[in-house]
Amino acid sequence: MSAESFEARVRQALYAGRRWHPVEIGFWILAFAAFLLFPRHLLLLNEITILALFALSLDLILGYAGIVSLGHAAFLGMGAYAAGIFAKYVTGDPLAGLFVGMAAAGLLGLLTSPLVLRGSDLTRLMVTLGVALILYELANSFGSLTGGADGLQGVMMKPVLGQFEFDIFGRTAYLYSLSVLFLLFLIARRVVHSPFGLSLRAVRDNPLRASASGVPNGRRLAAAYTLAAAYAGAAGALLAQTTQFVSLDVLDFHRSADLMLVLIIGGAGYLYGGLVGAIAFKLLQDAISSFTPQYWMFWIGLFLVLFVLGGREIIHGAVKTVAGRFARFGRGGAR
Amino acid sequence: MSVALQTFELCKNFGGITATDHVDFSLAKGARHALIGPNGAGKTTFVNQLTGVLKPSSGRIALMGEDITRLSREARVKRGLARTFQINQLFGSMTPLEMIALVTSERLGRGSRPFRALDLDAELVGQTAEILTRFRLDDMMDRTIATLPYGKQRQIEIAAAFAARPTVLLLDEPAAGVPEAERRELMQTVAELPDDVSVLLIEHDMDLVFRFATRITVLVNGRVLAEGTPEEMARDPAVRAAYLGESAHV
Repeated sequence: MSAESFEARVRQALYAGRRWHPVEIGFWILAFAAFLLFPRHLLLLNEITILALFALSLDLILGYAGIVSLGHAAFLGMGAYAAGIFAKYVTGDPLAGLFVGMAAAGLLGLLTSPLVLRGSDLTRLMVTLGVALILYELANSFGSLTGGADGLQGVMMKPVLGQFEFDIFGRTAYLYSLSVLFLLFLIARRVVHSPFGLSLRAVRDNPLRASASGVPNGRRLAAAYTLAAAYAGAAGALLAQTTQFVSLDVLDFHRSADLMLVLIIGGAGYLYGGLVGAIAFKLLQDAISSFTPQYWMFWIGLFLVLFVLGGREIIHGAVKTVAGRFARFGRGGAR
Repeated sequence: MSVALQTFELCKNFGGITATDHVDFSLAKGARHALIGPNGAGKTTFVNQLTGVLKPSSGRIALMGEDITRLSREARVKRGLARTFQINQLFGSMTPLEMIALVTSERLGRGSRPFRALDLDAELVGQTAEILTRFRLDDMMDRTIATLPYGKQRQIEIAAAFAARPTVLLLDEPAAGVPEAERRELMQTVAELPDDVSVLLIEHDMDLVFRFATRITVLVNGRVLAEGTPEEMARDPAVRAAYLGESAHV
């Protein structure tokens, strides 16, 4: 075999990792088509989209960089409050607010990354949890700015791009959130298939070998953590803008814990896990709470126990088999 | 002959135990040098200090004349010091292709670029392909590393270290645990390393040492006991007593 034809094979194999799979294209067409298919459920779809973006953020650090977190709500809350306060006191332009939310959360991620990067998984769980608790109490104490326990009132949004007014049916909200999710997903997809993304997987797989291969582990993890924080901030900003309200609930522990569930349901490390998990989690929550509004946590808990004890392998196994068939059909794609 | 890697009075203490005891060592450019010694002689501790996994208690390390004692692991790699590990340290979820591409991408300084596609980088593709061919990994480049036979994984250890284009390559027991059938290919890989790379081999297998090395350093209890050509070492009574013992077969 000549060197050139082998180089072509190497190029092809590297390309296979980032090639668009037909199932992926179908997924996004369906997501946008949902706007027409389910016109009465756009508010729920908007919630799903925001949770999906939040989960995508956690997947970036957990699935790719191997950083566990029980306090990811810190960044959701930071983004939500920053965007909400910005809309209230500066301007109600959604895109400007989105940028402010992302920047604020990203900055918080950058500042807290040195705390998170040292230590074992257990240390990381505790540190991330601690940061989220601190933020919760800060938001609670600075009531004059955040509205404290009453929540941040008086957030008024301008139309998106000066054209599309937010309405009570969630039409603009869903399309706006979905567009932001799609755009950020495209960027994340590009990042995880880049040399930078490869180096994150290297650090996750084996930090010792990563540094022996010339990877500056700490810097790469800090960059990933900052990026993920900005993504969570975007989810928070969307939440504040589309509900025109921010409450302390965005910083609550259950947000971080739910997010873990979402990724456990969907699976981490292939970008779609957060999206699929968010759909499953929200639909489950919605279905259960409609017939037993008070006890839905019981059913979610029961589902979770069964899922983790065995259902997960069965469900993920089935998904993999189906995806494998498609992959063979389209030659390559899903790993 | 000029020196590639050198240590001056290198010491490492773990509590009351002296694992490295005033070691003055030098590796010549282009050398085929072996570091031998009984179990617990401090060979791996020594290598871990050279590569920055452990900080020496005192003493200095110089690579091509530059003091690297305080440099980070990745900074030493960038300056041309690469190693393999006694126990496999691989990226289990990756394919050999991805692992070699990662090392190559870091060497080319691409690692901090978040928007570049790996396959569109001609330099990266070319150099990755070259390493895969050289180490005979081309026909299994697409399989997950964790599923490959142990001998192949050892081969990837060496390939990944070599992909960093080192001037000094430290091989920490490359043949450890490799079944007889796969050993030959591995030893051939070691023999085929290009002459301009200075190689330090840490090894138990005397067969491999005497076939490969033109110079041998014997480490006992953290100290350099003797150094010389393989013939000198085989004759040296102190070495025979301390290390080769009764079972010496030369």
